[in-house]
Amino acid sequence: MAITVLIVDDSKLARIVAGKTLAALQPTWERVEAANAAEALKILGERKIDLAMVDFNMPEKDGLELASEIRASHPTMPIAVITANIQDEVIAQARAMNATFVNKPLTEEGLRGFVSGAALRLRSSTA
Amino acid sequence: MLTPTISEVLDELELDTLTELVNIGVSRAAVSLREMVGEQVHLSVPAVDLVHRRRAIEILEGRESGPLVAVHQVFEGDITGRALLIFPETKSLELVRAVTGGELSLEDIIELEQEALAETGNILLNGCLGTIGNMLHRSLRMSLPEIIRGKGPELFDLAPPPAASEVVMFLHINFTVRQRNISGYIVMLMDIPSLTVLKKLLGELIQRETDGMAP
Repeated sequence: MAITVLIVDDSKLARIVAGKTLAALQPTWERVEAANAAEALKILGERKIDLAMVDFNMPEKDGLELASEIRASHPTMPIAVITANIQDEVIAQARAMNATFVNKPLTEEGLRGFVSGAALRLRSSTA
Repeated sequence: MLTPTISEVLDELELDTLTELVNIGVSRAAVSLREMVGEQVHLSVPAVDLVHRRRAIEILEGRESGPLVAVHQVFEGDITGRALLIFPETKSLELVRAVTGGELSLEDIIELEQEALAETGNILLNGCLGTIGNMLHRSLRMSLPEIIRGKGPELFDLAPPPAASEVVMFLHINFTVRQRNISGYIVMLMDIPSLTVLKKLLGELIQRETDGMAP
């Protein structure tokens, strides 16, 4: 079955870069974009999303709050929190909710671990 | 003279890219500050606007009515401007106390204040501008940090004003260290000629990052 990735970032450039980087690693995965947490939650309520890539520093609700809400409704979904803000507390919070931490600016190398891990998990859960 | 709006100078994606660039720069700098104070540093989302110098002063004074202390550095290169790390004066000793580890007496802290502020500002502002310069593929020369005390006009009406322009790009971000009751701002001021160059550099960055996939 087709895999759909939700990309959440308030920056359009960052969403383009995330989409491009993801396409280089997994060209067949479908990509859906949201510009903020509210939009992301709306999309999650409307359609099947298999994994999420969430920016940390966004207006209103930040990426860690959003990730924890997604985690509550999607206990096994692979979630990546993407940020240049690698403070210990931010990384620890991402880990505590079982989200992967990915450094910004996003590169194929940086995203590869999350994407390969997610692909394995999704394959085993649908097998 | 009417102040042009930022959207007349930068298109939507350029402005988006600038905000994202600053976000990444300040996020990196916050990591250094976190290492120095030992507590999490919270950041706001950057606000970028094109304003009259007077308006920049009003914005700052609207948020902070008391005396301020700032670490100021000039950056020069293809783009020229000023970067400031600004705190309410009441918070500056608290910052110095956090950075020096809280072992020192008040007298020592007061004596060290100037030096510790300059050093902290230097690390934060260099971290932020260094990241921005790297991503734009341009190197920026930074002046030595200088401490300024006063209110909005003293901080933003520095002589000589960059070029003669009265309209500046005003970019600010708020940061807080909640456990230490420290908060402040990182502000960048740029004049219009630099903004024209910046527009070109942002265009090149967008091209590189998106491989022309951007609309």
